[in-house]
Amino acid sequence: MSEALLHVESLTKTFPSRGAKHASVKAVADVSFALRRGETLGLVGESGCGKSTLSRLVLSLLDPDSGSVSIEGVDFTHASSRAKREMRKRIQIVFQDALSSLNPRMTVATNIAEPMRLQGLGTSASRRAEAQRLLEVVGLRPEHADRYPHEFSGGQCQRIAIARALVLKPEIIVFDEAVSALDVSIRAQILKLILDLQAIFGFSYIFISHDLGVIKRICDRVAVMYMGQIVEIGPADVVCRDPHHPYTAALLRAIPIADPRRMRVADLGQIEGDNVVLAKPQSCAFEPRCPRRFDPCDKDRPTLIEIAPDHKAACYLNEPLRGTR
Amino acid sequence: MSAPATLEVSDLRTRFGDASSGSTVVDGVSFTLRAGRTTALVGESGCGKSVTALSLLQLIEPPGEIVSGKVLLDGRDLLALDERGMEKVRGARIGMVFQDPLTSLNPALTIGGQIVETLQAHQRLPRAAAERKAVELLARVGVTNPEQRVHDYPHHFSGGMRQRALIAAAISCSPSVIIADEPTTALDVTVQAKILRLLRDLQTAMGAALLLITHDLGVVAAMADEVLVMYAGRIVERADVDTLFHNPRHPYTKALLACVAGIEDDRRTPLEPIGGSAPDLRNPPNGCRFSPRCPSVRDVCRRWDQPLRAVSADHEAACVLVEREAALV
Repeated sequence: MSEALLHVESLTKTFPSRGAKHASVKAVADVSFALRRGETLGLVGESGCGKSTLSRLVLSLLDPDSGSVSIEGVDFTHASSRAKREMRKRIQIVFQDALSSLNPRMTVATNIAEPMRLQGLGTSASRRAEAQRLLEVVGLRPEHADRYPHEFSGGQCQRIAIARALVLKPEIIVFDEAVSALDVSIRAQILKLILDLQAIFGFSYIFISHDLGVIKRICDRVAVMYMGQIVEIGPADVVCRDPHHPYTAALLRAIPIADPRRMRVADLGQIEGDNVVLAKPQSCAFEPRCPRRFDPCDKDRPTLIEIAPDHKAACYLNEPLRGTR
Repeated sequence: MSAPATLEVSDLRTRFGDASSGSTVVDGVSFTLRAGRTTALVGESGCGKSVTALSLLQLIEPPGEIVSGKVLLDGRDLLALDERGMEKVRGARIGMVFQDPLTSLNPALTIGGQIVETLQAHQRLPRAAAERKAVELLARVGVTNPEQRVHDYPHHFSGGMRQRALIAAAISCSPSVIIADEPTTALDVTVQAKILRLLRDLQTAMGAALLLITHDLGVVAAMADEVLVMYAGRIVERADVDTLFHNPRHPYTKALLACVAGIEDDRRTPLEPIGGSAPDLRNPPNGCRFSPRCPSVRDVCRRWDQPLRAVSADHEAACVLVEREAALV
């Protein structure tokens, strides 16, 4: 197993709630994981599960209540703003909506080179040359450099945003729903680009998506999030084939398969309640909706239990003394 | 195939802008919806699937214009009706469910109020009876505590519950056709699974024809009886759902399926996406509109439009390869 490049340690982030009844919302609750060099780690979950908050915390764009993120042992979360700026060269992000994440008043070349300018790197001529080189790397043409973002399609804008994420030669790239807004044929093109770039440059990726199909397609490992917690983490193919948390299983059964011989609407998994159903503070977050809840689930919140090397799930069904699967 | 035709669309054309510089977004589309059957209209963004739905309902705003075609609902041409005539059709004979329930619901009106409004627009019902019916409809679409929730406003509802409320309004007058345009695209997969089940159950119970517009081939496989694949304003393939997924004949359909199958594999299988993107309809390519991206393109494809050709009785594809294969048999 290769070494860990990035460590996330017990991250917790609470947002104040406007409603009087609940004092605050725990968007991310005690999340820990490691990102290994050269791997793609998927973060999957439904809206409101905390995956985007987690990505902001990992990039130190948001300060956690407690916990830390470190890159090769150096604390990123509690670094000085100067040290943080230095560390940002090592970790970059690509967002869902490429058009709105690009500056509409800047040319494509200026957009791509902006992180270099902010870091005080290069001359305007060398930055432009670098932007033109990167346009080719992401499958566009150098002569696109002087056009503006609105002249490009969604897929092309996402290529430009990827070029911008590459410009500081990072080691880690976070993709936050980066292909979710794209049509299937364009989505396949961008996924191929992302995989090709990794093969060439050896990047480590955190790939956030609500789509378990896409996650399985491109990730080595996957972490499934529910209500701010990681409920299962392991090799992507194993988790999708043999899930050990009832939420992962429910999520997998709810995805329509593009083959009418394998799945019709009657076979789609139906799950109780929705993701705003709140559990009691001490119980498992999924307990109110879980088809397999039993005695301990509403008394004690389960932590991640090791099932096999590299595969963990936060469910009592996996404890030899309590549950039988 | 035996079910009676409820809605017959023939040679529908909708253009935005004038004849010389405008774009014909729906370009000669024909299909038939049948009672109790689900027809999926599938394609990528900009292919004209939503404009097709809006054209059936005559909800096209200038500079858009329906240039030609017929839309027969139980034998009567809707395109010949004026706005007052159409108002009696929309919501009554044809129910509509759109992608974003928050923008299709009136934020200043209670959920019950919107259903009552639809009911009273089409039926002579006293207010109290309409309100009772609204509660019944909410219960039928699976809204819990309908007696209380009927007084809530749309922003009190979650995305899935709003979509249920919208479906309640859509079925309130027992329409014979339901048009659902990306009804689950904005929803999480676990919520989507429930809404799809609900749509199917209601349609079966009511015997309505369902036109389901989606870009998601997984949703198509789960829901459709018949599938229409649309590309650049035209229907390029029509088949029953099993044939479409297991014996597609148009290269675009094959490419779309390959993209999705590719996504369902794991990372050991290489991705082989089709290159390029859909054409600009203000200046469409000559001949077959898929020809610039088509892996099996021939000279003739770039010169002549390729009409739908019969593969079998219930299967058509707009590709010259169909004819070639037939000649070989």
